[in-house]
Amino acid sequence: MTALAILLLAGGTYAFRVCGPVLHRRVVLPARVRWAASVSASVLLCALAATSAVSTGHAFAGWARPAGVLVGGVLAVRGAPFLVTVVAAVVTTAVLRLLGVP
Amino acid sequence: MRSFWRTLDRRLRRDIAFVALADGVVGVSFGAIAVSGRLPAWVPLVMSPTVFAGGAQFAALAVVLGGGGSAAAVAAGLVLNARLLPYGFAIADVLEARWPAKLLGTQVITDESVAFALSQPDPARRRAAFLCCGGLLFVVWNVATLLGVLAGRAIGNPDALGLDAASPMVLLALVLPTLRDPRARRAALLGAVIAVGCTPFLPAGLPVLVALCGLAAAAGPRAHGRPGAEGQAGAQRQVGAQRQAGAQRQAGVKGRAG
Repeated sequence: MTALAILLLAGGTYAFRVCGPVLHRRVVLPARVRWAASVSASVLLCALAATSAVSTGHAFAGWARPAGVLVGGVLAVRGAPFLVTVVAAVVTTAVLRLLGVP
Repeated sequence: MRSFWRTLDRRLRRDIAFVALADGVVGVSFGAIAVSGRLPAWVPLVMSPTVFAGGAQFAALAVVLGGGGSAAAVAAGLVLNARLLPYGFAIADVLEARWPAKLLGTQVITDESVAFALSQPDPARRRAAFLCCGGLLFVVWNVATLLGVLAGRAIGNPDALGLDAASPMVLLALVLPTLRDPRARRAALLGAVIAVGCTPFLPAGLPVLVALCGLAAAAGPRAHGRPGAEGQAGAQRQVGAQRQAGAQRQAGVKGRAG
């Protein structure tokens, strides 16, 4: 992560934020754009969660991490508090590794 | 700020405080995961105030820690933050102020501050809710990141502690509330399958961008419907889901990244 990359991410993010407050009198955001923005956020988050759960670089991450995320995910779907889900994922992974699961 | 805080009713103040607390927990994990993943301390410390969007920060982190390049990390973060564009239009009236205030207030547009603002009935309270929530989150998020960086340096082997599971779990917790919409769910699941399938073959960071092809699964069936009404509902659903996530968090200390 270089300084230039952070600058680009920060600048681009600010550009997304500032359009509405500055342009809202002159521009109406097309419904398609609003829709695409919200769904692409869901798609990207889901893809990131999946790939970072099962892989490191090009390789399979081993079973401990995806198993931990699965436990946390099931708890989340059943309505467990955010903190509980993250702690459950971390503890499950750590215990599996302690038991020798990669 | 204090007078704004008093404008809000007690329940809303409590809600905002809980969300801030929850974001604090996420901020601590962001700082800790970044540093324990061998990134220099200045990276999370500069990112938190300048980017100030937890989802994108975690996304960029996940790409970099997964071996991806800076370009892929920036692209992932920006795609994620494109949702802030409609948010800006939704709360533009709240930011009717002189230029410096407007440009400064813009930085605290987040899922939570927009959701709280839109939940208020009149302009004065919308403004108060937006500024209180946004301002508080900004302070909490940055202090929490610093605490996380300090804590992360004390951690010897993050993998032995299972900390590498925290980042995917945070991302999963962020996305779950938005998957109640069947079309978003279809697109997201297809995208996840595509991304995992591509991972062995593509440079790290690219698979999640290729996953955006999953959007086709959502665009298909109702493409000829009434895009106007549909898109409006979509935007409201998105904020509705965030708000709901906020309401859920209040039950326990849960959170999502700002």
